[in-house]
Amino acid sequence: MRRDESSLIRWLLIALALGFLGLFLVLPLAAVLAQALGKGTGAYFAALTQPDAWAAIRLTLLVAAIAVPVNIGFGLVASWAIAKFDFRGKSLLISLIDLPFSVSPVISGLVFVLLFGLQGWFGETLRDHNIRVLFAVPGIVLATMFVTFPFVARELIPLMEEQGREEEEAAIVLGAGGFKTFLTVTLPNVKWGLLHGVLLCNARAMGEFGAVSVVSGHIRGLTNTMPLHVEILYNEYDFVGAFAVASLLALLALLTLVAKSALEWRLRDEISALRQS
Amino acid sequence: MPKNNPAKPWRVIPGFGLTLGLTLGWLSVLVLIPLTSLFVMASGLSLDQWLAILADTRVQAAFRLSFGGALVAALINAAAGLLVAWVLVRYDFPGRRLIDAMVDLPFALPTAVAGIALAALYAPQGWIGQLIEPLGIKVAFTPLGAIVAMVFVGLPFVVRTVQPVLEDIDSEVEEAAASLGAGRWQTFTRVILPTLAPALLTGFALAFARAVGEYGSVIFIAGNFPGLSEIVPLLIVVRLEQYDYVGATAIAAIMLVASFVLLLAINGLQRWNRDRLSRGAA
Repeated sequence: MRRDESSLIRWLLIALALGFLGLFLVLPLAAVLAQALGKGTGAYFAALTQPDAWAAIRLTLLVAAIAVPVNIGFGLVASWAIAKFDFRGKSLLISLIDLPFSVSPVISGLVFVLLFGLQGWFGETLRDHNIRVLFAVPGIVLATMFVTFPFVARELIPLMEEQGREEEEAAIVLGAGGFKTFLTVTLPNVKWGLLHGVLLCNARAMGEFGAVSVVSGHIRGLTNTMPLHVEILYNEYDFVGAFAVASLLALLALLTLVAKSALEWRLRDEISALRQS
Repeated sequence: MPKNNPAKPWRVIPGFGLTLGLTLGWLSVLVLIPLTSLFVMASGLSLDQWLAILADTRVQAAFRLSFGGALVAALINAAAGLLVAWVLVRYDFPGRRLIDAMVDLPFALPTAVAGIALAALYAPQGWIGQLIEPLGIKVAFTPLGAIVAMVFVGLPFVVRTVQPVLEDIDSEVEEAAASLGAGRWQTFTRVILPTLAPALLTGFALAFARAVGEYGSVIFIAGNFPGLSEIVPLLIVVRLEQYDYVGATAIAAIMLVASFVLLLAINGLQRWNRDRLSRGAA
């Protein structure tokens, strides 16, 4: 019985698919590298060691160092509540947690301008107490936490639901406390899924552009993250500088993909083992 | 013995009140209250203000490009995504796993990086730009450029929704169709495509939703000419930079309502998809 395409059609389809992916995935990456190194490695490293570039790198690391751990905490708490208990409105809650994914990045930034800007709800109070949120680091952190909000939670909820509650119940019946059960039973069970969520959350936290752009005010050396710095340099026609910083972000994306794929193979094995047992 | 009150089920696992309370509190502070503030601001607008904003041809053009461009990009992604998923699931060729992993690049690559890379590629002197410019095709700094960027950001969605369904299709069904005399193309359109339809539609809707709100990758390549190649998110930023908070809020509120409608549609599609899958497995 002929169930497969002829090898001519098969190779034609493979060629078409690879052509499309080459055009949209490989060429942009190659362009980043070619532009960054367009004037030689000397210019490339000179661009990366600019003080403004360093400030942008430091700020990006700082923002991720705050936003990602907060996201891990929220993800663990939310998935414990959702996966280990039954209550009404659970699916609505899951949809609400996913909400930031469907909001345009620009709007994610705008809502914080409306809250903390001078004309905003808390604008005057903040000014009276001399607290800067907008056009300062707190605003950038808030906007980043908003756009990364669902990452860890949506990774852990289905995983913990699949794993069930028997192990935790057994630990508690045997006398372990709730927190100890979480640390010694739940956490080891979800560690790979957690890491998977953290990777994606971190990539988004370091790479977020639209939301951060609206709240940052683009102050060089002070409130510029790496993606914002890329934009400024690009608009000033400093292409080597823009693509040099962009190449670091592209490297981060590639490392994220490698680690993510390795984890996915592992997770797939674990889940199939879980289903067989 | 713990009390076994039927109205309030006894739970072995502790921490329900604490974790649910923290979840709801954090969700409210970070997501729900900020989003509500936008609608409260928008509801303060008078009818005249709304009409003036909606009658603005610049606003109308931006909505046409964001939604029309996203529609075209999602259609391209539906076709190309189906092809890529098919090739990745059905055929074996060198580098298949590497390419499978690469599909998620648009999720991991910061949008600003994608934006300047695409702009560099399609600019008149760029690698692609200098090939297509003599043919009279202009991509950079035109609405077409916005669509190219939207295709990029939406690329993984269709592949990742169609792929698992394609992996689960029972080969017996195809063999049955073939044994009953169906040609390969007939089997594909009559047997495989209907099974894939819910997943394909879900992926299409996800790619569309993403493209509608996309900002970073579009603004560098589109050129942002008002009324021609300016997308809605950029118009919001322009209004903010002019300190026109009312205008920015109104446009954002319309966008947000559109996103929520899309989200509901996607949730419905995903339920349909799951039901079909579980019925297929039964």
